[in-house]
Order: sequence, then structure tokens, then C-alpha cells
Amino acid sequence: MTVVAPLSAIPAGEGRTFLVSGKRIAVFRTRSDEVFATQADCPHKAGPLADGLLGGTTLVCPLHSWKWDLASGEPLMASCPLETYPVHLDSEERIVLTLNSE
Amino acid sequence: MPSKQNLVVIGNGMAGARAVEEILARGGRDLFNITMFGDEPYGNYNRILLSNVLNGSQEESEIFLNPLEWYRENGIILHVGVYAESILRRSKCVLGCDGTIEPYDKLIVATGSQSFVPPLEGLTLPDGRYKPGVFVFRTLDDCREIAEYARGRGRAAVIGGGLLGLEAARGLQNFGVKVDVIQFAPYLMNQQLDPQAAAILKTIMERMGVGVLLGKNTTAVLGEEAVSGLRFADDTSLGCDMVVIAAGIKPNAEIAARCGLSVQRAILVDNQMRSIDDPEIYAVGECAQHRGNVYGLVAPLWEQAKVLADHITGHKPDAAYHGSKIATKLKVMGVEVAAMGITEAADERDEIVQFTEPKKGTYKKLIIRDGHLAGAILLGDISKAAYLMQAFDRGTPLPEDRLSLLFDIGAPAKQVTVQELPPDAQICNCNGVNKAAILACVNGGCHSPKAVMEKTRAGMGCGSCKSMVTEIVEWACDGKLEEDPSVHYYVPGVPLTKPDLIKACREQNLKSVSAVFQVLAGGKEDAASKPGLASLLNTIWAGEYVDERDARFINDRVHANIQKDGTFSVIPQIPGGVTTPDQLRRIADAAEKYNAPMVKLTGGQRIDILGIKKEDLPNIWRDLDMPSGYAYAKRYRTCKSCVGTDLCRFGVGDSTSLAIKIEQHLQGIDAPAKLKLATAGCPRNCSEAMVKDVGAVAVEGGRWEIYVGGAAGSHVRKGDVLCVVDSHEDVLKYTARFIQYYRENAKYLERTYGFVERIGIEKIRSVIVGDSEGIASRLDDAINESIAAYKDPWKEAYNPVTPNQFSSLLPVLQ
Repeated sequence: MTVVAPLSAIPAGEGRTFLVSGKRIAVFRTRSDEVFATQADCPHKAGPLADGLLGGTTLVCPLHSWKWDLASGEPLMASCPLETYPVHLDSEERIVLTLNSE
Repeated sequence: MPSKQNLVVIGNGMAGARAVEEILARGGRDLFNITMFGDEPYGNYNRILLSNVLNGSQEESEIFLNPLEWYRENGIILHVGVYAESILRRSKCVLGCDGTIEPYDKLIVATGSQSFVPPLEGLTLPDGRYKPGVFVFRTLDDCREIAEYARGRGRAAVIGGGLLGLEAARGLQNFGVKVDVIQFAPYLMNQQLDPQAAAILKTIMERMGVGVLLGKNTTAVLGEEAVSGLRFADDTSLGCDMVVIAAGIKPNAEIAARCGLSVQRAILVDNQMRSIDDPEIYAVGECAQHRGNVYGLVAPLWEQAKVLADHITGHKPDAAYHGSKIATKLKVMGVEVAAMGITEAADERDEIVQFTEPKKGTYKKLIIRDGHLAGAILLGDISKAAYLMQAFDRGTPLPEDRLSLLFDIGAPAKQVTVQELPPDAQICNCNGVNKAAILACVNGGCHSPKAVMEKTRAGMGCGSCKSMVTEIVEWACDGKLEEDPSVHYYVPGVPLTKPDLIKACREQNLKSVSAVFQVLAGGKEDAASKPGLASLLNTIWAGEYVDERDARFINDRVHANIQKDGTFSVIPQIPGGVTTPDQLRRIADAAEKYNAPMVKLTGGQRIDILGIKKEDLPNIWRDLDMPSGYAYAKRYRTCKSCVGTDLCRFGVGDSTSLAIKIEQHLQGIDAPAKLKLATAGCPRNCSEAMVKDVGAVAVEGGRWEIYVGGAAGSHVRKGDVLCVVDSHEDVLKYTARFIQYYRENAKYLERTYGFVERIGIEKIRSVIVGDSEGIASRLDDAINESIAAYKDPWKEAYNPVTPNQFSSLLPVLQ
């Protein structure tokens, strides 16, 4: 488990990319303060997913508008799913992430 | 009335069902008792659309053509799930596998075809079944099994690089598996394409993550109990968890051969689609061979079914089928392809007209023989396909100007094109719907494209003709068009038109994007709607707008244009294209300091420093110490200019200082789409002002013509003259007023060329110049308020507005 950052490190409705155990992970905070984590690069053309637009839990890649549901990683308008990582807030409002291999 | 004859149809696929539909349309219900055998346990469905079911773009229920009720309603007995075992010609009856015996007077064999499966080692288990992981792709059940097996698998191979194979590959990608296409021929889709077109397609597919192996002869399926890979004749192998075989089709003609009918590749038929051996037995579709040809496409099948029906019902006893010219229009892996006739020149008499732009995936090739089209391949841009397919089909002579065959240069408006099509022009090649049928449907009361498509099935096949069907319906409705309301919404996520949305925001004091979603969209956020709403709210509220940064596209969050590698391009403001040695020095130093891989002059007379990392943006802005040029936003971008009167020997007006004034006045103004302006010092138009969103052109006598709605990008349009004024101040006034009117009334992303055409220049002129609606001073006040709210966003270099605004990679806490 990795304590990534305080929730406030990410503005509501945006994402940021973090380096977690040598791996780049995109972490998102929705406007209702839910947090999600996915692979950092778009599987299509490696666009920076953290720079995408969020609508609820829908993520839109900034390069070619491929879309996914952040909660499941399932594609909404894309041809493959995103890798997602379990992530939650601890009692101090910090984002805690588990890499799948841990 | 004579007693009815028994008509038995073997096969309930597209050919069998279509033949029956055509027979019913000719009063066949009064002539025949119709009985059909279908070995699939369903009604009749559109096999062409199976790939859509596999790739998830259509539901199974959407591809059914005739549900089981249809058979009952038309008095047809359908033996569902019953395979016809044999035809007994002497006793004139058909035996079903469940013991059914159906006597016939007339018989139609429409058994279609099956997947051709090459004899591969290890294809089956000892009990003869396919090894788990081996599939063909032919039926709805195949489609279901593939989908079920693919989930959670790592890698799939498709044997066959033809159309079906590529569609299967596309479908498989949807399940997240890595797909490789194995093609025996040296290039893809060798039936329809030439090597050059196929090479472009291959590149596109590889970009989409599909591996392509060419010239590979598969010899064995590896794996003990289930597929684990493939081996090829060159002794290489490929690991995979499943394999889909799409290597072609094999007509189902066995039942005909066993009862003594002549069969070569398929059942031999005459021009009336009857077996050459037995006048009571017809064959239609993929199981029929006519003049040596077996057609695996749907359009010839429709033609055959019509001739068969005309003949069997006596409707037109002399109806005859003379073969089909094959022209196809389809979408492969998202790429539009149209192909017809031959793919290579046969001899030096054949003239080849060719255009290629591999980077954009565009390829066009025509083969012309004696002034007539003998073949064509269009890839990427198929805008000329309708015309070419018609010229090919009818053998009409081609115009001398070959260029116009490949491109729409100065072509008449689309409506004219639609209007000019003859009534029998086939619009939907999947479902065989011509223009006359669409017109009849409109005249019958269907007044929306959707209703017409549902009724006629035009556009319900591959979908590639949808825009054309829409155009015809729009033209035919002539003002009576009923539309789906959502096309009028300003953004898809809020069900209001732009005027209603503006009104609601003003009345309910909605000043932020989240407030709009909360109040007007039931609390449901829509990502794609956010930037459009942000732009509109900024227009409405100017300085009072509550700016939520997550509603902005990334470019507007970091004030630079994102590039394909995630770096950004930085373009400082250079008003009027006039710079100084000092500015140039700073730009050069900054480019070096931040390792810009490219420095480029832009079309808007500015300098672009490309390849800047996100975290360097604030630093480079500080070093440049120049304002943002806004070359990344749906806003006022730039106003280019010629040299003007200072030094040019032709100049009649001072265009340079006018451009600088315009830029300082309108910098950063947001709009539904980007705004590119120009000023020209004389009508020679060196700065291309007549093809800008707004352009001012000096004419003799100290006057300026103001052009609006020009474009020279993906769309080219000469602007319309809004008015002629005699001072810089008036150019500024009318330009700003027009832009405010555009901001308030244009749809999101609607450029001025579309806006001006939609509203009409007369109307715009009367509002902006004649003040016909009495809103001129309000428009002036509104834009002045936005101008007053201008802030150079690059000043955020000194105080970022969101946490980690410019970070591309952050470390973790612990």
C-alpha cells in the first residue's frame, strides 16, 4: 500500500500522474470526491490520461477522446479496458493505493 | 381461381428470405403455399451485421430482419432449426433432418455457404470436434461463442486477411485481446484492393494495435486440449489462445449435387435463376453459380431475388439476370473503403488516375478504359464513391476532367447532387434501397431520416450511406422535416437549445458548469459537454463567471497546446506579426534552454516553440516575458497582416497597425470555436483576409471592406462582405459586434463559416450594421465587458490556480 498524496493534491474533477514504486499511475478525484487510479497512458496513442476531462466517473482521453468508466476501467468508446488499481481515502483524507502485484 | 402450388424454400438466410419477400410483393401469397427450411433456430437476420454484434456496436436484437411472427403473418410455414437433408426430384419433395417431408411444385435452393476451413493439422480433437479455441465466423451462434471464449483471453489470431477476417479482428479487439491477422496472400483484402491501398490499410491497422502477418501459410493449430498457437509453413509459430478462421466461403451445394443437379463451385443456374437441369428448381444467392460467377456479396443477391420472383410468379415471364457488376462500399477497422471492378490495369490501353496520401490514410485509384470506368479503389476519403459506383454500374462515359473524378473541386452544392440523382440510383447497397423508395417513404408520411431508415432499412446495413439518406430525406421533406430534438441541444449533456440554455442560466443565476449540471441536467455531469458550457458561461457572465478548471480542456488548464507525445507547444503573442530583435532573442534563448525539438513559423504569423514539457511551461513564460498568443483555445487567436502602407508600394490602407489594434482589443476573447482574423492593405489580399473568420481589406478611398465567415482550413469559403467602413475605429466596432453576436448565437464548435451560412449574411448585416433588432449597443456593452475581464493567462506562471497545475509526474508521500 502506498500513501500517494493528500486528497487536496488533486483539484476536484481532475487527475494527476504519480510515480508509484517505479510505475506511473494516473489518480483522479471526481467532483464528489471519489478517487480512482488507472494506468497513466492511454492504450491507444499513450496520451496522458490524467490530463483528460472527467464527467462523473467517465474519463475522456485528451488526445483522441477515447472514453472509459473509471470505476471499472471498462471502455465506453474505446477498444480495450484500462488497468485500474484499488485506491481509497484514509482517515486523514490521504489517497492510499494498492498496486495489483502487492 | 386455380389451386395454389407448393413452394418450398431451402434456406432461411438473407437470400432465401429476400426471395420470399420479393415473391410476396408480387402477390405470391395467392399463388403459393410457402414452406421454408432454416437450420438456424431463429428468424432471418442480417449476416452482414454480425461483425457489429461482435464488436459490440449493435445488439443481437437489432440485426433481425424478419422475426418469427413475420412468417406467421405471411402464412409461411417455417421449419425452424430443421436442416434439409435431401431433395427427391422424382417424387418432388424435400426431406428434413427431423423427418419432415414437404412436397413441392416449385423449389428454391438458397442454402448459402459455409466458412471454408483449410485442412490444418491439429484443428480437431480425436472425436472430430474443433479443438476448444478454434472458431469460424459465419452465424449468430459463432458470434456468441467467440464472444464468450474471448473474454479474459490474452491473444487471438484470425486466419484470413479479407473483409470478414478484418471485421473479426476488429470485433475481437473489443474484448481486450491482442489480435494478429494471418494472411496467406501477399497483401490484405486482395479481392478488393491493390498492394498500395492494402499497405496503407495495414499501417492503419497496426496503429490500432492489430498485428498483420502477410504471405503466411498456416499449417497447424498447436495445443493439446485447447488452442495454444499456430504453426506456419516457414516453420515459424505464433502463440495464441484462440483462432478465428475467416479464410473464405464454400457454397452449400451438396444437397443439389446429391439429387443430380449440375454443380461446379455452386449450383449452375440459367438467366432465370433455375437449375440448368430442372426447370422447377431455382437457386439463389451464394449457392448459385451464374455464368461462372458465384457472388458472396449482398447486392447481386438482391438482383437475383428480384429476377427469380418476377419469373416464378409470372409477373415478368421474360425477366432475366445478366450478372452483377461488383461494387462495394464498406468500413474496415474504421476506415472507409469503396472498391469496384478490376484492381490493376489489364494492358497499356488502360489509363490509371491515382492519388495517394499515406500519412492521412487516403488513396484513390481509377482504372479507365476507353473513357469508361473499369475499376476503382477509394480508401479513407470515399466522397466520390456514389458517383463512381453509378458510372461503373451503368457504364456511362466519364468526363474529360479526370481530377474532378477524384476530388470535389468547385463542385455544386450537395443538395444539387442529391437532387440530380436518378430515381433508380441505389442509395443503400446493403439493403438495396434506391432513391425512389426513399422518396416514396417520405411522401408516405415519414418526415425524419430516422423514420425513413427504419421503414426502408436504408442505412441500417453497414451504415455508410446514412449521410446520403439523410440528405435525400432533408431535400425531399422540403421544410417538413421532423428532427430528433437532441441535434438542437447546445451540448449533448444538457437538453436545451442555446437560447433556452442562456435564458435558464441568466434567470437561475447559474454561473458555474457544475451549477448548470446540478440544476439543468439532473445532477449528471457529462465530460464532453463541459468545455462548451464553460465557454458559454464565460460569454454570459464575463467577469462574474465562476471558473471551475476541471471544466476546461487540458489546453485551457495549462494555456498551451497538447501534442501527440504529451508535451506542449508555446506560441507567444506577436500582434500583427510584427516582432523585434529583442523578442526574437528571447524566443531563441528559451527554445535552447528548454530543448525545444522544433521552432516553427505558424500560419498566423507567429512563432511556435514545440515540445515543451508541462512542468517547464511556467518557466518558459517567465523567460519569454510575452503574453500568451492563445494558440490552443476556442478563442480569438490572431490577426495576421500584410506590410500595409509603411513600405509596400501597393498598399492603400494601414493594415499592420489595424491588425495590432484588433489584437489588443480582442485578445483572449472566448468563442464557440477559434477565431482567426486578418487585415490586408489592398485587394491583392496577401494576408488572405477574405478567407478568415473576420477580415478587413483596404480599398482605394481610405475605406475598409469587412469580410465575415471566410475559411481556408478543412473547409474553404470566401467570406461575405458585412459592410464597408472608412476608419480603423469602425472596423474594430463592427468586428467586435459581429463576434459578440456569433458568441451568443453559434452552436458550440460551429465556425463562423457555418454560422454565417446558417443565419444568412443579409440577416447578420441587418442586425450588426442596421441594428434591426435594437441590440447593437447591448452587443457592444457585452463584448466590452468580456474585453475588460481579459487577463494574460501566462501570468499564472507566478501564481498557479490549482494544486500541481503544471506537474506531469508527482512523487508519492510514502
